[in-house]
This record gives sequence, C-alpha cells and structure tokens, in this order.
Amino acid sequence: MNKLYEKYIKKESLPTLFCPGCGNGIIQIAAMEAMEKLNCKDDVACVSGIGCSSWIPCYYKLDVIHTMHGRAIAFAEGLKLSRPDKKIMVFTGDGDCMAIGGNHLLHAAQRNIDLTVVMVNNYIYGMTGGQKSPTTPVGAKTKTSPYGCIDEPMNACKLVMSLGASYVARWTTAHPIQLAKAIAEGLDHKGFSFIEVLSQCPVQAGKNVWGEKEPAKIMEKYKESTYLYKIGSDDPTGAVAEKNAEGKIPIGLFKHEQNAKEYLERVEEKLAQSGIAR
Amino acid sequence: MANITIDKACCKGCNICLSVCPKNIFVKSRQRNNYGTAMPAVENPDQCITCRMCERLCPDGAIDVEK
Repeated sequence: MNKLYEKYIKKESLPTLFCPGCGNGIIQIAAMEAMEKLNCKDDVACVSGIGCSSWIPCYYKLDVIHTMHGRAIAFAEGLKLSRPDKKIMVFTGDGDCMAIGGNHLLHAAQRNIDLTVVMVNNYIYGMTGGQKSPTTPVGAKTKTSPYGCIDEPMNACKLVMSLGASYVARWTTAHPIQLAKAIAEGLDHKGFSFIEVLSQCPVQAGKNVWGEKEPAKIMEKYKESTYLYKIGSDDPTGAVAEKNAEGKIPIGLFKHEQNAKEYLERVEEKLAQSGIAR
Repeated sequence: MANITIDKACCKGCNICLSVCPKNIFVKSRQRNNYGTAMPAVENPDQCITCRMCERLCPDGAIDVEK
C-alpha cells in the first residue's frame, strides 16, 4: 500500500468505488503528495459536488463536505468566508463545474476568492452512464448524441483566465509529478487557483470518446496529443486555444499572478475604510 | 535492491503499472486480487531504478517501493 495512505486515507473505507484504471485515484495521490509537500494537512478542508470525481476527497482523513450537484464552489465560498484561516480545496468534475455549476465558477473566478479548484475533466458524464458533457469533443458518439456531438467543447482554462482567476494550470493524469506541484502551488497561492486535470474514464469515455478501453493506452494518447505551453512563449495559439495548429492541446502553467487582490483582502479593506470594527 | 510489494486488497487489475515502468518490472500473472481480476507480478526487482512512477500512477495506491 502507498506510504501516504497511512496518513491521509480512511483505510476502513477502502477499496475506493472508482472503476479499475480510473484517473481519480492518481489525482487523489497527487493531492496527498501536495499536502505532504506543504505539510498543511491540518489546515486543509475539502468540498466536492456530485460525480465520480467528487468522491476523491471523501476518502481523506480531513474535513469534507459532499454537497449538491454543481454547488461545490458556492459551498466552498461560504466556508472560506467563515473560516479564512483554512485552505479550501474543491474537487469537481467537468459536468459538475461547467454545466450545472457554471454560474458559481464564473463568479468565484471573478471575485478571485482564495480557493483551489481541481477540475477533473474526463470529457463525459461518467457516473450517470455516458451522456454528453460541455467538454465532449466534436464528433463523439455518446448516449445523448448518437449521431456525433455537434457542439464545440468549452475551454475552462480560457474561461476562468478571462474572468480574472490568478492561478490557472492544466495537466493530465500522465503527468503526476507536475500535477502534484501545481496543486501545491495552488494551495500556497492567495487567490482563485484553477487546475484542470485531463483524466481517463476507461469505462464511459473509453467506449464513447476514445474508442479505447485500456487506461494505459488512453494515458499514452494524452501524452501524444498534448504539448507543453510556457508563459511568455510567442505561440499565438497557446493557452487561449483549445488546440494548436497540429491539433495538440496545450498543458502547463498558463497564468500565475501573485499581486492580484484577493476577495477577503478587499472586504477587510472596505470595512476598514468604512470604519467598521471587526 | 528495491523491495516492491503489491497490495492484494487494493489492486484492481488495471495494468497501468505494466506500461509505465521503464524497466518492465511488472508482468502479467494468473494470481487474482480481492477485486477478482488478474493482478501483476514483480519480476527482476533488482533492476528497479526507484523512479516511483508506479507508486504515483497506481490509481488505487496498491504499489509500495522501498529502497
């Protein structure tokens, strides 16, 4: 058993409910590694919504709220306002975060409130049986798009960057070291940190999107279909595009703005200006 | 020489470890895990370079590498 499980996982609830080869377990271990790196286990609280990815924090020996579908970020904002001393980590999926909870994502990013959102993007609604999600690629035949998906997929990183999130990164489950580093940086960063993780769902997305059920081969595809984006590189199609000219998806750190004002700082400033004592 | 153990109770037989190991230490075997699928076996553990990629990429945390 992994050494970190002793410290972070409720072992009586093992094995996890994830299917064999699911990327959620890799993200679970990466987040544990990030907490271990910062040594901040006692300061972290987790919030999650509904979906396979929202089961990730439920196995942690931490304070966890498993909330309604799509409302994870709304609950997390409330928790942050009442306990500003805690580092709040939100685990959410692509459907949870961008379809039903899209509005909460927009406003949390715009406020630049100090949350670390880990969005697990598996390109499909996995838990409910493989319906089309906002990130499903064009042409994918799913249960709810039997003739092939016709909508352009949403680009979550571009969306939150345009609204003013101050830490934005995208990694895949095939890059676990970089992912753990990004989550650690996100936890350490003061402001809205958004980390999109491209993950494999060998059961639903494997059948409908990739046409490939071997998790290792889907991870290999992720390695082949991505390229490393560097801030300041003059690639015009970089972070803002869903794909570059060769059809590759940019991964890496897209934005890290350390001087952006955080929401709670602005609240305190306004209260001090108005002469309201806390 | 590294001591590699695979937890029978955690492993679900997804075979990710077989493809990520740069030295191909994991091989297919007929042994079953508690989940009911075939779990990998460890072959030639003395070739292990302790990169710990299998530890990080095992979704169920079944692999432990000790130096």
